[in-house]
Amino acid sequence: MAVATAVKARTRRSPAATVLLVLGAAYCLLPVLWVVIASTKSAGELFSTFTLTPSTHLFDNVAALSDYRGGLYWRWMANTALYAGVGALASAFVSAMAGFALARYAFPGKSVIFNLILAGVLVPGVILAVPQYLLLAKVGMTNTYWAVLLPSMISPYGIYLCRIFAAAAVPGEVLEAARMDGAGDWHAFARVALPMMRPGLVTVFLFQFVAIWNNFMLPYIMLGDDRLFPVTVGLSGLLNQGATQPAMYTSVITGALLSVLPLVALFLSLQRYWQVDLAAGAVKA
Amino acid sequence: MRKAIGGALAASLLLLAAGCSGSDDDSGGTAGGGKVELTYWSWAPNMDKVVEGWNAGHPGIHVTVNKQDGGDPAVTKLLTAIKAGSGAPDVMQAEYQKIPTLVSADAIADIAADAGGLKAKFPDSAWNAVTLGSESVYGVPQDSGPMMFYYRADVFEKLSISPPATWDQYADAARKIHSANKKQYLGTFSANDPGWFAGLAQQAGASWWGVQGDSWTVTINDAATQKVAGYWGGLVQEGVIANTPMYTPDWNAALNDGTQVGWLSAVWAPGVLEGNAASTKGKWKVAALPQWDPAKPASGNWGGSATSVTTQSKHKKQAVEFITWLNTDPAALKALAGTANIYPAATEATSTALTAPPAFFAGQQDFYAIAAEAGKVTNPFTYGPNVNVAYSAYNDAFGKAAEAEQSAAFTAALGTMQTTTVSDMKTAGFKVAG
Repeated sequence: MAVATAVKARTRRSPAATVLLVLGAAYCLLPVLWVVIASTKSAGELFSTFTLTPSTHLFDNVAALSDYRGGLYWRWMANTALYAGVGALASAFVSAMAGFALARYAFPGKSVIFNLILAGVLVPGVILAVPQYLLLAKVGMTNTYWAVLLPSMISPYGIYLCRIFAAAAVPGEVLEAARMDGAGDWHAFARVALPMMRPGLVTVFLFQFVAIWNNFMLPYIMLGDDRLFPVTVGLSGLLNQGATQPAMYTSVITGALLSVLPLVALFLSLQRYWQVDLAAGAVKA
Repeated sequence: MRKAIGGALAASLLLLAAGCSGSDDDSGGTAGGGKVELTYWSWAPNMDKVVEGWNAGHPGIHVTVNKQDGGDPAVTKLLTAIKAGSGAPDVMQAEYQKIPTLVSADAIADIAADAGGLKAKFPDSAWNAVTLGSESVYGVPQDSGPMMFYYRADVFEKLSISPPATWDQYADAARKIHSANKKQYLGTFSANDPGWFAGLAQQAGASWWGVQGDSWTVTINDAATQKVAGYWGGLVQEGVIANTPMYTPDWNAALNDGTQVGWLSAVWAPGVLEGNAASTKGKWKVAALPQWDPAKPASGNWGGSATSVTTQSKHKKQAVEFITWLNTDPAALKALAGTANIYPAATEATSTALTAPPAFFAGQQDFYAIAAEAGKVTNPFTYGPNVNVAYSAYNDAFGKAAEAEQSAAFTAALGTMQTTTVSDMKTAGFKVAG
């Protein structure tokens, strides 16, 4: 049946759809191609040679970027990895607990809490950056790693997703059986529900990881010490040198290229978890 | 999978703890032995290396440089930290045009008691910018940006044009260059660079703000600025000057491929030219700005900043000691000019620190002599407490005017700037005369 539809679809290929998809792919991939090619050019070639002519200076550019103020760029990369890695893990964990509780427990005020979280999904994180700064300034935590990590740990969207996942992937019967066997709340969550929610958690982790990796506003406001910067804020500083200094275009372009490579690797390696359907988790458990 | 996550989490928490304790060590406060720790926000390149010179010789006061995004972003960040009550550095680079804003937000401290004696070391225009014409002192001048005219000597030679001494001659040169090659322009009117336009208005004798008794005056739409706006509007309408902004990739490309053959800029231009158009090395020369009245040469200022002490600093006296050294000590001036690549404001710098021309202008021995002359004839100019509003009004109004390419739109844009600025000041509670 599936094979038959596939064959049918192939024979009825529509040229209009193909053109549309090729255009869409070009729209997405051309900027990437531009970054790849531009990162091979020297500063002089960047604005003088034809846009899509590659050059041979990629390694010089990487070396120049690594030399900048004693390898500060790599510290920014490490910071970003820390913010995104720890932040996304913690966020996935918090979302799993909250989502599980909202899906499988009955308690007073549950719908109010859930509606508040839903409303939180609609509020862009950018708007919250300044209030969060003022709050953290009160407890003297601005300009530390915590200033970026703590706000990254709560993701209303992640909690919302986890509630949906928990409701669909963790059957009430399984939990009941676990309780019959003497499992407490924590055990039921950690040993029974968590493994069943795994595909959903990978999604939440990836979403949050990418969001933190690309986040600019929050670290930009929170951090003053450039050794705590993530790569986004650091690169923006290289561009904004003030009118009296030239912007470091080649370093920024090379840095941008290098900074997306880990994201690409992460997506490719976590793809298989993402594609497993929800039932698979339940059966394995 | 769960185990892996747990392991990674533990590892990152360890990292985190290490990172946090690391940053605690060097963020403010006194460490053991009465040593004072100062933080310093600056965006000048290599400022950390200049400060190493201080740290080596002053074991009691240790300064840490935190490099910031240039200009507006750093000010926004400082103002946020001031409002929040914590998080501001001890010492801050402050552009001259931002000083009134910072003073009215109570962000930078009056250091007249400790720094008042430095007046003689700086040109009047720079000192006036940190005192706002009062008895208070809100910083020590660090660098200045006297405006000059940069041009492609090879193109001028080929068309046998000599560098323009007056604005009329500049217009003639622009026409000649554009008619010889339709792609070439002597310059561009940049609606993105209000500081540039303010410098040109300053040369013509404008001073956009002023203090009269206990109220402010705003004269953005005065006769001098009208003259400058009308002049540029005319050139843009005629089509002999480009109307695209500076500091864009397009503009960089135009500098490189020789379609922009002149730049009205300031003393720091060689660094920008070298960074954005390295291939044109050796082809540029510099001259004084074209004049409105050659009998009374004048210049304007574009860029430049002071070093200020913030109101949140717990070690103001030590901070003043540091910024005094940074901006007046001969060794520091030399490092500022040579390592941080800026043009020190201190009068003494021209004779001691700036003996050879910048590398990009190696052929022009009188580079700093021309700059010093421009600095000497720079007109006084007072900035107001809402320069950011006036400047963004410039971006909007002149952006539209440049697109319309109508001379009348340029002079009308000044009216928009004036009304926007005045009404914002009134809303913010400032008393405005007239």
